[in-house]
Amino acid sequence: MATSHAVVWQRATVVDSTALTGDIRRIVLAPDHPARADAGAHIDVRVPIGGVLDRRSYSVVDAGPEGRTLAISVLDSPRSRGGARAMHALRPGDTIEITQPIVDFPLRVGAAHYVLLAGGIGITAVMGMASVLRSVGADYTLVYAGRSRPALAYLDQLLNAHGDRLRLHITGEGSPLDVTELVGGVEPGTELYLCGPIRLMDAVRRAWIERELPYPDLRFETFGNSGWFAPEDFVVRIPRIGAEVTVRATETMLEALEAAEVDLMFDCRKGECGLCEVRVLDLDGDIDHRDVFYSERQKDSRGKMCCCVSRVVAPPGGTAVVTIDIS
Amino acid sequence: MKETTVDKVLGHPRNAWYVAAWDHEVNRKPLARTVANRPLALYRTEDGDAVALADACWHRLAPLSMGKLEGRDGIRCPYHGILYNSAGRCVSMPAQETINPSATVASFPVVERHRYVWVWLGDAALADPELVPDMHQMDDPAWAGDGLTISVDCNYQLVLDNLMDLTHEEFVHSSSIGQEALSESEFTVHHDERTVTVERWMLGIDAPPFWLKNMRDKFPGFEGKVDRWQIIHFESPSTINIDVGVARAGTGAPQGDRSQGVNGYVMNTISPVTDRSCRYFWAFMRNYRLESQVITTQLRDGVSGVFKEDEDMLVAQQAAIDANPDYEFYSLNIDAGGMWVRRLIERQLAAEGRLPAPVSAG
Ligand code: FES
Ligand code: FES
Ligand SMILES: [Fe+2]
Repeated sequence: MATSHAVVWQRATVVDSTALTGDIRRIVLAPDHPARADAGAHIDVRVPIGGVLDRRSYSVVDAGPEGRTLAISVLDSPRSRGGARAMHALRPGDTIEITQPIVDFPLRVGAAHYVLLAGGIGITAVMGMASVLRSVGADYTLVYAGRSRPALAYLDQLLNAHGDRLRLHITGEGSPLDVTELVGGVEPGTELYLCGPIRLMDAVRRAWIERELPYPDLRFETFGNSGWFAPEDFVVRIPRIGAEVTVRATETMLEALEAAEVDLMFDCRKGECGLCEVRVLDLDGDIDHRDVFYSERQKDSRGKMCCCVSRVVAPPGGTAVVTIDIS
Repeated sequence: MKETTVDKVLGHPRNAWYVAAWDHEVNRKPLARTVANRPLALYRTEDGDAVALADACWHRLAPLSMGKLEGRDGIRCPYHGILYNSAGRCVSMPAQETINPSATVASFPVVERHRYVWVWLGDAALADPELVPDMHQMDDPAWAGDGLTISVDCNYQLVLDNLMDLTHEEFVHSSSIGQEALSESEFTVHHDERTVTVERWMLGIDAPPFWLKNMRDKFPGFEGKVDRWQIIHFESPSTINIDVGVARAGTGAPQGDRSQGVNGYVMNTISPVTDRSCRYFWAFMRNYRLESQVITTQLRDGVSGVFKEDEDMLVAQQAAIDANPDYEFYSLNIDAGGMWVRRLIERQLAAEGRLPAPVSAG
């Protein structure tokens, strides 16, 4: 499990772009400076949004030998902030800036059992793991949950490759995923690798802790881009510096504050490190905590938020306003 | 594919088992060891399993080997106290209520075999314990002996060259095992994808001092001529076991009857440390007088003295290589074994997409 966290930017050429479902495209990139992509790797991409370059993370779905090609898959949903649209517009021959593969979600070979759990587009983070586990003859189950069959990317390929190790849960077919049952049936010695929307992650985490399974054996990747509520506009006030900023639904609070030249500290920008923490002084509405940094207790107390991912939603019939202080 | 073997020093295949330490060196106190350019923190869990973690904390890269072992299988970073388990997962982050999901250090596959702790630093999915080189004499009840470790300031390939051609004994080891018959005798070379064998027989010769002593340990008062053999077995990428011995001349040793002789195995496995240094683990095993600890110690110390002569030569050779970057190697017929080793390694490097060697001084 060699992990690489080094961020090396380079140019990549689009060699293919194919629609997999109504809203997911597979994009194959040929980087100028290939590097191996281990299972669980992602790349960061610089995408133009409204004329400025923004950074997005995408899991590497599969890779050619020594990383000479890297395939990613991009979901463009109505809630997307514009990055996905720009990615979908890429055509063979176009070039973009990407990092070499980064592994923040490494697969460890050698556990007694594995469950790989994907919600929707989260399949992109665990597909590579599934192939490695199959090739080493590991005992694994791949659980893939989604709304409807046509919405599930790579379904045929996965059925072919993994046969009865693949368990499908399709809400539209009356077989939604029951997290309590899934976690309840996990054998001791199982490592669970999870990528999916925050509701799913949260449910699995609760069930895992409830069953007193070893917390380090629950592995998850989050790019901090899903929440409990749909994103909406909200207002941030910072009395100490006399600032008032409107955060639009298509941008993060951190981005909006940066654009207003508020000097904020941050590192991961995906809700993991806690460096972008702001103190909440007053709140009209509720906080949509999208980070994995705070505990449930801390989230419930509504005293702080990670502004790189978390948002505010309006109270019934009102406007969403948060008054904060910063470091 | 590049099929010439002109690089003076070679990179090391990543997908291979390398010895990190003797089994007795890994215990409940972390040990810092670099293998193949990767600093490792080695320790043993309470259950006795050896563990190899990357020796750099996820947080600020402080060396975990300076930390303390905790609980059944944990190690705590000595700087800000992150606790990891043997899989390299963060178990506790002292200053916060949650654990950052990306907080891991690499935990490398480990196999304990033949009295060594082997680590695999390449693609973990390929880490098949069956690929650990055969060194069964190390812990086979039919053999006895012991060994040591030498840290040599040279590229590991130079040690392999040294062991694949023993004609150097005549010049480097003249007082112990060297004799003219070595460079005068014929040898044969065989290879397959993972192994190279060099076999040399010297018939009806005088036993050099080292071998005369061994003969007399088994046959007190022995006098006379001997048949001497050296059968060098290389197994990719860096293990060389040498079947050595002498028997009373004309008693059938070349035909397979070694009962009138003494037989040893020089076990060698070399782990690259950096591109210019390596750790050379060796042992001398014998299959006679198994009960004698005195002989075990004498042989270990005797061979240790011989290997010191090699070490001096190898360090000097590496210095000369680096001081003369514009001079190339030329080869002799005696290099056949070493050249096959180089070719097998270069093929493996090419298969890993890693030729030309990053360390070429030429
Ligand atoms: S920048 Fe890391 S949690 Fe926001
Ligand atoms: S460097 Fe290890 S905890 Fe900070
Ligand atoms: Fe020697």
